[in-house]
Amino acid sequence: MSLISEIDFGTPVSDAETTVTVTIDGFAVTVPEGTSIMRAAMEAGIQVPKLCATDSVNAFGSCRLCLVEIEGRAGTPASCTTPAGDGMVVKTQTGRLKKLRRDVMELYISDHPLDCLTCAANGDCELQDMAGAVGLREVRYGQEGANHFDAAKDQSNPYFTFDPAKCIVCSRCVRACEEVQGTFALTIDGRGFASHVAAGMDEPFLASECVSCGACVQACPTATLIEKSVIEIGQPEHSVVTTCAYCGVGCSFKAEMRGEEVVRMVPYKDGAANHGHSCVKGRFAWGYTNHRDRILKPMIRERISDPWREVSWDEAVGRVASEFKRIQATRGRSSIGAITSSRCTNEETYLVQKLVRAVFGNNNTDTCARVCHSPTGYGLSKTFGTSAGTQNFDSVDDADVILVIGANPTDAHPVFASRMKKRLREGAKLIVIDPRRTDLVRSAHIKADYHLPLLPGTNVAMLNALAHVVVTEGLVNEKFVRDQCDGDAFADWAAFVARPENSPEAASHFTGVPAETIRAAARLYATGGNAAIYYGLGVTEHSQGTTTVMAIANLAMATGNIGREGVGVNPLRGQNNVQGACDMGSFPHELPGYRHISDEIVRGLFEKDWGVHLDAEPGLRIPNMLDAALDGSFQGLYVQGEDIVQSDPDSKHVIAGLQAMECVVVQDLFLNETSNYAHVFLPGSTFLEKDGTFTNAERRINRVRKVMAPKGGMADWEITLAIAKAMGVPMHYSHPSEIMDEIARLTPSFSGVNYAKLDALGSVQWPCNDAAPEGTPTMHIGKFVRGKGNFLITEFVPTDEKIGPRFPLLLTTGRILSQYNVGAQTRRTGNATWHGEDLLEIHPHDAEERGLHDGSWVRLESRSGATSLRAHITDRVAPGIVYTTFHHPDTQANVVTSDYSDWATNCPEYKVTAVQVAPSNGPTAWQTEYQAHSHESRRIAHPAPLPAAE
Amino acid sequence: MPDFETWNEQRGGEIIAAHVQEEGAALPMLHALQEAFGYIPRAAVPMVASALNVSRAEVHGIVSFYHDFREAPPGAHVLKLCRAEACQSMGGDAIAAAAIRQLQIGWAETTPDGQITLEPVFCLGLCACAPAAMLDGKVVGRLDSTRLSTLLENVRQA
Repeated sequence: MSLISEIDFGTPVSDAETTVTVTIDGFAVTVPEGTSIMRAAMEAGIQVPKLCATDSVNAFGSCRLCLVEIEGRAGTPASCTTPAGDGMVVKTQTGRLKKLRRDVMELYISDHPLDCLTCAANGDCELQDMAGAVGLREVRYGQEGANHFDAAKDQSNPYFTFDPAKCIVCSRCVRACEEVQGTFALTIDGRGFASHVAAGMDEPFLASECVSCGACVQACPTATLIEKSVIEIGQPEHSVVTTCAYCGVGCSFKAEMRGEEVVRMVPYKDGAANHGHSCVKGRFAWGYTNHRDRILKPMIRERISDPWREVSWDEAVGRVASEFKRIQATRGRSSIGAITSSRCTNEETYLVQKLVRAVFGNNNTDTCARVCHSPTGYGLSKTFGTSAGTQNFDSVDDADVILVIGANPTDAHPVFASRMKKRLREGAKLIVIDPRRTDLVRSAHIKADYHLPLLPGTNVAMLNALAHVVVTEGLVNEKFVRDQCDGDAFADWAAFVARPENSPEAASHFTGVPAETIRAAARLYATGGNAAIYYGLGVTEHSQGTTTVMAIANLAMATGNIGREGVGVNPLRGQNNVQGACDMGSFPHELPGYRHISDEIVRGLFEKDWGVHLDAEPGLRIPNMLDAALDGSFQGLYVQGEDIVQSDPDSKHVIAGLQAMECVVVQDLFLNETSNYAHVFLPGSTFLEKDGTFTNAERRINRVRKVMAPKGGMADWEITLAIAKAMGVPMHYSHPSEIMDEIARLTPSFSGVNYAKLDALGSVQWPCNDAAPEGTPTMHIGKFVRGKGNFLITEFVPTDEKIGPRFPLLLTTGRILSQYNVGAQTRRTGNATWHGEDLLEIHPHDAEERGLHDGSWVRLESRSGATSLRAHITDRVAPGIVYTTFHHPDTQANVVTSDYSDWATNCPEYKVTAVQVAPSNGPTAWQTEYQAHSHESRRIAHPAPLPAAE
Repeated sequence: MPDFETWNEQRGGEIIAAHVQEEGAALPMLHALQEAFGYIPRAAVPMVASALNVSRAEVHGIVSFYHDFREAPPGAHVLKLCRAEACQSMGGDAIAAAAIRQLQIGWAETTPDGQITLEPVFCLGLCACAPAAMLDGKVVGRLDSTRLSTLLENVRQA
């Protein structure tokens, strides 16, 4: 293993189709037109010295180090800003250039500290490298003149420092913040000798608009912007390419290591999902992996009121097996089940559902996708024939109109949001359908052409109204519909949406959005060129979640926006492997590859391979498991890497269900809210501690590579194997690649996937099979997977969750950039700096009516329960709507959410709850009681040390 | 003499709104703010940023780039002395030295009584009448140290 060093071509790639041939230092190089001389040279392996150029940002031409001579042209142009021309003859090294470069370097070094030996960037400093490259031997100007050596270091950001004394003002950070991240948080303050990089209005980085994505640190050629971890540990000695374990974007990172210690996570340029960009979570928030709260030894306890007792793996796994067998012996085969994790790998998820089906002998397996994107799977399979998004992320570069509904990518999918914002800055049009004024609606250089701030719970009315305009104003893409869709289904649907009750005028009554705005947005979507829909949990987490997904699919089909680059229906999946968890057969009714358990042929395939008999009846979903626990028929649960007490709706009901069970087994990194009700705790492993694959929102299968031994002794897949073995049905795999081979053998859409191919290609997007050996970036080209695209009737049914005198406000929930999901990981990192607690956003009007001030404690109450948190007064939310996040267990926002759920998939209605907000002076009785139990439940009784002789 | 208003958010908002529709509105907006308040109040920067839908870093970059934009209120009167080549060749250095001596302040500083701010400027386009200056927005040509003293006395007494 060595340190992977990626080539910096100096300027971005040109996508021109015509080529030019240029001769550089005697070598002919053919490159796309528009390629800089610098890049063309690097393509030929000739490195022109440079400081202000890097291939993530456009050429700038300020450092004057990359000067070259071109035959027949006067002067010494900068190779970064001069495009290679056909027939050009370029020299990158001449006596004249050498002298110029040395002179330039002398000036730079006359104002740069000479502390290389003690500098954190020693060994990874481009200034140092360039001094060597140009042969700098003296600095005639000395260092005594005016300089910036006394400039104060900014250490406000938890993860990196900014040391202006070392800055060469190349502007790479400023340009990366603008061009790559799109936040525009940095600038050059002043001019001439006084020029310096400044965050915001020359504020500390933490106080500025900086979102800590790390693009500036990545771009910095010196130690000016550098990770605190590098300052503390030193330069890494080897690196391994792996995949981030946070959101569904699935960014590729290099884990840069010293032995088993992570020095830093660096976004990988060849990562097809992120192309070298990152966000604050993946780039910096990995400190949880060695947080002191991690549980590294298996533990058991008799009752949930007992303290935990550390035991051996054998004893813990033995307890799981004996309890599960005892429960099944007394209560029947169906009395136990498991929940797979969308944070674990495909291979691990596959094993858990196999454990349930092949060892438990039932189909009681479910996954957290139940509470997020289950409607996506169902809705898209019924319309298109595949339970996944239709595009890759790169597709957004070809979109002319982007419709974002119920998604807040700048917070929840930040790396993709940067891509989208780049496209928007290039001129693509934007429609945002969201109750909140998210950053996409308006932020630096981004402005939605139409924001439709609908009332929560009225998505279907809105989409039907958009479709009404398309159908009644003659905007249907008739050729597409005729060639690729089911004609009868279309005719029925067109007649349905054309009805007056689906008109924008009627919809405005439910949605609160003026009919004219709806009409204008529909016209733009239907006629603006390539139109792409991106959506998130604001679509799925409703009582009509599935209907909304279908309505989105209908709209895309009617306008022909499917089956090519730049269009499509794109669910932004929440967790790192929620797509994979669904693909792997985590749902009670489906075997891997979305094939129904009742299908005899498919079942036969698995029965033959696994050598067992499979139950043909679908098993229990999570809510059904909890209900069954209360009636006594479901008594044992194996939860891998999911915290249902915090993440699932109506926490009190979840807790009651868990309390009614005889054996709850939690496998996780930390004691979490669910483990407060568990009898066995099995220490899980982080993504750094195991091999496997994650599948992102683009169906992209990315490799996860082990960089250290599992801290608890076993990787998650090994734990599942141990349980199977202890229950008397051993499974034999020596490496996760063998599990993938089995998945490929049994799942047509994965048949071409194997680790050798993933290592060779970097990643593939399923379907990956004989028809598409390198995977499928864009789906449904020319023909839908199901044959003909299917239009479905999507009648708007208002939710039963209604406001009234007691609960006059609508609560909707969401995410914040620095935190992830239940916060178990991010709360244990420096990210807590940005978001230490959940806040309730409330409009100034509603706040004033209740006598609330910014920061006041408020009681948030619904029909289900009450909690207290602090208020944040903002007009991001409309009057009548309040908003919060659910990242903190102290708040327990899900005590408040209702148990209403999607009609088809049981996905909870997190996005709409009728609530009242009132001033408060502290936590509710529930919070106090819960905290007391939670505290009790974290006690670990350590056994007395064994005598030395043993 | 310029009678600057004290900063108030509402008035700042009105000035910003008056220019927001212009093409390349940032500079006209900042000039108008400085004309009203004598400087670009720090609190106005995020307002300009929001009106133009850019970041406050970008607006700060503009404000700090141009020497003419002040980040603190000036004195009651502003004397700008040309420091460019033509004026230097016509004795500008001596006048600058005289001004510094007489006012006992440095460049971009204000006298302790708050009366006069001294600023350098690079070319007023008045080279034919060098050395040149600008006092409270009015240009003055063919300056010498006596005339400078008189000018300063006059504004002080006004």
